[in-house]
Amino acid sequence: MITVLFDGIAYGMLLFVLACGLSVTLGLMNFVNLAHGAFAMAGGYAAVVLSAHAGVPFLLALPVAFLVPAVIGAVLERTLYSQLYGRSHLDQVLFSIGLVFMAVSTAEYFMHSSKQFPVLPEYLKGRIEIFGIGMGVYRLFIIALCGILTLLLQGILVGTRFGSRLRAAVDDRRVASGLGINVGVIFLSTFAVGSGLAGLGGALAGEVVGLDPTFPLRYMIYFLIVVTVGGTTSITGPLIASLLLGIADVGGKYYVPALGGFIIYTFMIVVLLVRPQGLFTRGR
Amino acid sequence: MTKSELNPAVANGLKARQRWHPAEVVFWLIAFSSYFLLPGKHLILNEIAILALFAISLDLILGYAGIVSLGHAAFLGFGAYAAALFAKHINPDPLIGLAFGTITTTLLGFITSFLVLRGNDLTRLMITLGVALLLNELANQLGWLTGGADGLQGVEMAPLLGMFRFDMFGRTAYAYSLITLFVMFLIARRISYSSFGLSLNAIRDNSLRASAIGIPVNRRLIAIYTIAASFAGVAGSLMAQTSQYASLDVLSFEKSADVMLVLVIGGAGYLYGGMIGAVVFKILQDWLSALTPQYWHFWIGLILVIIVLIGRERMSQGVAGIVASFKRKTPAAPGPAAKAEG
Amino acid sequence: MATVLETVGLEKRFGGLVATSDFNFKLEGGERHALIGPNGAGKTTLINQLTGVLPPTAGKVLLMGEDITHLRPDQRVRRGLARTFQINQLFLQLTPLETIALAVTERMGHGNSWWRPVGSRAGITDEVAEIAGRFHLGDVLGEKTISLPYGRQRLLEIAVAFAARPRVLLLDEPAAGVPESERHDILAAVAELPREVTVLLIEHDMDLVFSFAERITVMVNGAQLTAGTVDEVSHDPRVRAVYLGEADHG
Repeated sequence: MITVLFDGIAYGMLLFVLACGLSVTLGLMNFVNLAHGAFAMAGGYAAVVLSAHAGVPFLLALPVAFLVPAVIGAVLERTLYSQLYGRSHLDQVLFSIGLVFMAVSTAEYFMHSSKQFPVLPEYLKGRIEIFGIGMGVYRLFIIALCGILTLLLQGILVGTRFGSRLRAAVDDRRVASGLGINVGVIFLSTFAVGSGLAGLGGALAGEVVGLDPTFPLRYMIYFLIVVTVGGTTSITGPLIASLLLGIADVGGKYYVPALGGFIIYTFMIVVLLVRPQGLFTRGR
Repeated sequence: MTKSELNPAVANGLKARQRWHPAEVVFWLIAFSSYFLLPGKHLILNEIAILALFAISLDLILGYAGIVSLGHAAFLGFGAYAAALFAKHINPDPLIGLAFGTITTTLLGFITSFLVLRGNDLTRLMITLGVALLLNELANQLGWLTGGADGLQGVEMAPLLGMFRFDMFGRTAYAYSLITLFVMFLIARRISYSSFGLSLNAIRDNSLRASAIGIPVNRRLIAIYTIAASFAGVAGSLMAQTSQYASLDVLSFEKSADVMLVLVIGGAGYLYGGMIGAVVFKILQDWLSALTPQYWHFWIGLILVIIVLIGRERMSQGVAGIVASFKRKTPAAPGPAAKAEG
Repeated sequence: MATVLETVGLEKRFGGLVATSDFNFKLEGGERHALIGPNGAGKTTLINQLTGVLPPTAGKVLLMGEDITHLRPDQRVRRGLARTFQINQLFLQLTPLETIALAVTERMGHGNSWWRPVGSRAGITDEVAEIAGRFHLGDVLGEKTISLPYGRQRLLEIAVAFAARPRVLLLDEPAAGVPESERHDILAAVAELPREVTVLLIEHDMDLVFSFAERITVMVNGAQLTAGTVDEVSHDPRVRAVYLGEADHG
């Protein structure tokens, strides 16, 4: 029971790191980016290629897994995404679905369709007992790393000039540009960091769920649940939503495997019906 | 201008809206002659006709009422499984099965329509996607009924009207699908020129004003969502009956995305877009999957990206513009003539 | 004259902010009434409560003596309360012909009809022609609304509301944003509205208010400052203070 809860928390933390970038793109740029998972996959495959094929230690592969999608994200933001900010949600959806399809096929072409896993160092494997509870070392590592990242993000958002500008821009883009804030730079950097975090999440998730080319499609709904249920106004909303989703998903699959994905889909539909603005935002 | 001077212009203008344009007649002549002119292509023509009907269904909610759906395949797939199961376990007659598939899908559409009323585009995207995923999961888990990941096999249809057997060349199948498409198109066309259809356009353009002229917005959206579901149910039934098979990919996200692309290629909001898009899409698919069998979705993705970057309006003007320009030239339209007087 | 529209103790709060407080006002059948007040007085919030866009925190709205406080906007329209918007809210992809025909059809209760084409019923053509003529839209009936000049869109804005054949018509700054050259057409159309229609004009432009209205209600900080005939209100020192004060600042 506690082990399931523990695994659920680790999974939830992972989902948060994977999805928090999407929450910013949605809140800040009002852009529905269904291709977010493609960036996560890029990071995941970067980790797989480095650790499993090139023999680079896993911990050194992680920064690369952040940088690769961050750079791709920055380039795409400047060249393509930025042209679509003012467009209808339908256009954004079609565009990002197109990107997903291209990413899936590209991954299939280069990485084949079987599941692949990054190679972990020995010290991250195995289980340890703390207070009589068995815990996977890697899951503990995930919780610790994602926890640090969350605190770091919160610190940046609350404590820095950039963070306050970012929050101003999320609250009201017109106000932000009226204050002389360079919205373009903020968009670019948050998009790149968000994509990088997704890539890092993808690299960390590789060991847990395995990477295959359909990753962006399989997890699209999870990311969307995190941002719609958690809202886009704060970091705590998506965090709590991620943890709930992670625990519900792991617990559901453990205790009632026959129900499969029903629990989370039903959960999402019910939440959206009761609170279309998300669970943790005040209705406007 | 006084009322009596305007009367004829108003009457003509309203009549001209729903008048059949010669280009429409030509379109259907070509469609029906394809049955005789392309005898070796009946199988793919059948698929085109079914995809066209599915696209018309999406057009009814997206193009007419402005509801964005990421999970329209839910209704196609539900109709397909309903018709296939009905044929396998209850009655193999195609028309009775078609009725069954359609009615059950209509019910599903009605129930889920209440879910899309709430919230904005994004919540609608999520809800429609969620419903489709839920059904996909359901079909996957109920293996004893649906065959799970292997698909539902062993569906055998009785001859159409007791006379025409479904042959392996798709002759009966295409005739059946094409005629059904035409009938459904006539219904959709009639709906689109009715006051109900016009009120949907109004809701799409501005729902605040729509309610300010007395339109009960939610009730109209429920109605059109249900109607669109029944259209998709017909398409799904046809698909299962003519292929004598139903599999999980009829419920997949790719199916929902494909039909959006179909509508985007042809242009939304005038019914013919879905049909023209279906032709283009199937030809593209045929060609691309011959070129790179495994990776053809890459090209589909690329096409989507390019279309959006060029601009959907400009893109579909290539197709829809031709139709629209014909319509504008109809002499009964009050605009230019009356303008000269004023 | 009978009272057609009435508010009783209407109140609206947004959190701690009071946008409408204990607002009581009456609109008599057939009259030309203006609602004025400085920016931020709560006029738009009041309109939104009258038409059902916003639910009031407390109080009632009565139309022809019937309590309509909890009805949806479309239900109020069908009971005879129509409005125009300060910023055009039109169906940009439709033509004026379609827009007016739709409004007339909805009013006649045929909006649900999904089989009969628009305009196939007796009477619709006549009425659309009458409205198009009244609002000078006859020469642009077949053009898309989005392509019309602003002044014409403004006329259509009033025409659509009028097509609902309301007992009470709320005009929210009908001439706002219209270039001087086209202004006259709109003022004329407003002046020529038939007497069966009771008009509540929400306006900033004092020339327009004094030339059109018979009675005036002045709203300040969400509450009614005073109400009376044009003469009474224009000589009320409190009103002068409010407006002169505003002029000083702005």
